[in-house]
Amino acid sequence: MMNAHERLARHIVDLPKSGIREFFDIVCTRHGVISLAIGEPDFDTPWHIREAAMFALEQGHSHYTGNAGLLELRQAIVKYVSSRFGGEYDPTHEVLVTVGASEGIDVALRALLNPGDEVLYHEPCFVSYAPEIAMAHGVPVAVETHVKDNFRLSVEALEAKVTPRTKALMVNFPNNPTGAVLEQADVEAIADFAIRHDLIILADEIYAELTWEGKKHVSFASVPRIHDRLILHHGYSKAWAMTGFRMAYVCAPAWIMDTMLKIHQYAIMCAPTISQYAALEAMRQPEADMAPMLRAYEQRRNYLRAAFAEAGIPMHNPAGAFYAFPDISRFGLSSREFAVRLLDAENVAVVPGTAFGACGEGFVRCSYATSMEQIKEAATRINRFVKML
Amino acid sequence: MVENLLDILRNNAKESPETMAKMLGVELAEVNAAICRLEAEGVIRGWQAIINEDLVPQEHVTAVIEVRVTPEREGGFNRIAERVSKFDEVEAVYLMSGAYDLLLFVSGKNLISVARFVSEKLSTIHGVLSTATHFRLKTYKQNGVLMAKPCEDARLVVSP
Repeated sequence: MMNAHERLARHIVDLPKSGIREFFDIVCTRHGVISLAIGEPDFDTPWHIREAAMFALEQGHSHYTGNAGLLELRQAIVKYVSSRFGGEYDPTHEVLVTVGASEGIDVALRALLNPGDEVLYHEPCFVSYAPEIAMAHGVPVAVETHVKDNFRLSVEALEAKVTPRTKALMVNFPNNPTGAVLEQADVEAIADFAIRHDLIILADEIYAELTWEGKKHVSFASVPRIHDRLILHHGYSKAWAMTGFRMAYVCAPAWIMDTMLKIHQYAIMCAPTISQYAALEAMRQPEADMAPMLRAYEQRRNYLRAAFAEAGIPMHNPAGAFYAFPDISRFGLSSREFAVRLLDAENVAVVPGTAFGACGEGFVRCSYATSMEQIKEAATRINRFVKML
Repeated sequence: MVENLLDILRNNAKESPETMAKMLGVELAEVNAAICRLEAEGVIRGWQAIINEDLVPQEHVTAVIEVRVTPEREGGFNRIAERVSKFDEVEAVYLMSGAYDLLLFVSGKNLISVARFVSEKLSTIHGVLSTATHFRLKTYKQNGVLMAKPCEDARLVVSP
């Protein structure tokens, strides 16, 4: 038997397994689970987009595209980013179409980091950030966010963790798993922090369109003074319900993009052509496509908030993404115990907050990307469960 | 609020007022009052189930009938359309632009009963110039709902 630690890349072998994966294995042993643990839309991709993908196949668009993606798609992206995010980019040199936002983040980190460079990221967060930093030979440095701040990222917390070795800062708002969003003042302050310490900002704004109670997403791309140090990640998975198409894009200044493009070109060649045509179609009527889904998410979110309040489970106001992050600490169980016992007792799956970082202890993530019927039943069962504790 | 309330009801008319209040983030009384008002104003005209008739064993046919009529002085199309609407066999009546004037959805126990309705009742109305009857063979989608059973949720039960 070969020794993985000696024979394989140590920085990868040493990566911890995803906490989500472990919980996935537990949930998979059961039948008829009501899952509030799914991080992707329950809606199918709008039909005209699927139909455009089929048409692209019929037309024989089964070849490579240019490395950066179809120019027509990049032009559409630039227009969308300008109107939706308030950032201006050149479609020929500043846009890269990627295989999901995860590829974009991986490529960006690999382009940025030399071994030992530190990257600040905030927790609780999407499970891939720290491993992606480590895979690019960087050192992930977690900055905690707290329920008392509605899980917004504060400059004070960042200042406490920044060092001369800090190269970049990763931000993700609206946030998975907390549903937190940033205000204009937060974005401005974080932008100034990055300038002060000469950092690159990687902004994962994949949930940009999913904001509630009339709140409008504030993009880092809307701050012109950081244009030259911002890598913006966005894609089609969430707002257009296109997870399986694996379609996303990166906007970044040409001086960074040139290097990112090298990695993408050698590692990926180009994003799947059929998916690119689907994405192009998705750009034709984004508001109309999203409206019914956004309406449904907001109604479910409101319902969950009211249901948790009724059950005596405190929760901050999740104003974005499709996650609720209730505080279960008062029941005297760890996040993992709570999730496992809820699954055992009521067959409802939620994700322990600790899957998203140690400071997620005391919370569980409940995705409302599932039908109203399921949410109602899950809420009833959770209510019954906490009454037994 | 009303627009969102109607949106919920279009999707599921059986949704309880308690649930709708939570979904909309308003008080229960507000939802009940809005529904009463919408009913009184005639915006909500009824509460029906969407039924896949193909699966109901009872014999049943539906026809779509294009009707050309002579509009009347003063009354226009209204009087004749309202008269046609009163027949129990007629489920829906629309005034149309184009090659014909009224579009009717008519249901009956069988082909003969619909044919009889057309020949004996509809065509004999003063002002009806011609009719063209098309029988429905199968329903694929109705009221925005696909009649085929939805697929099982194929998503991973836990994902990041």
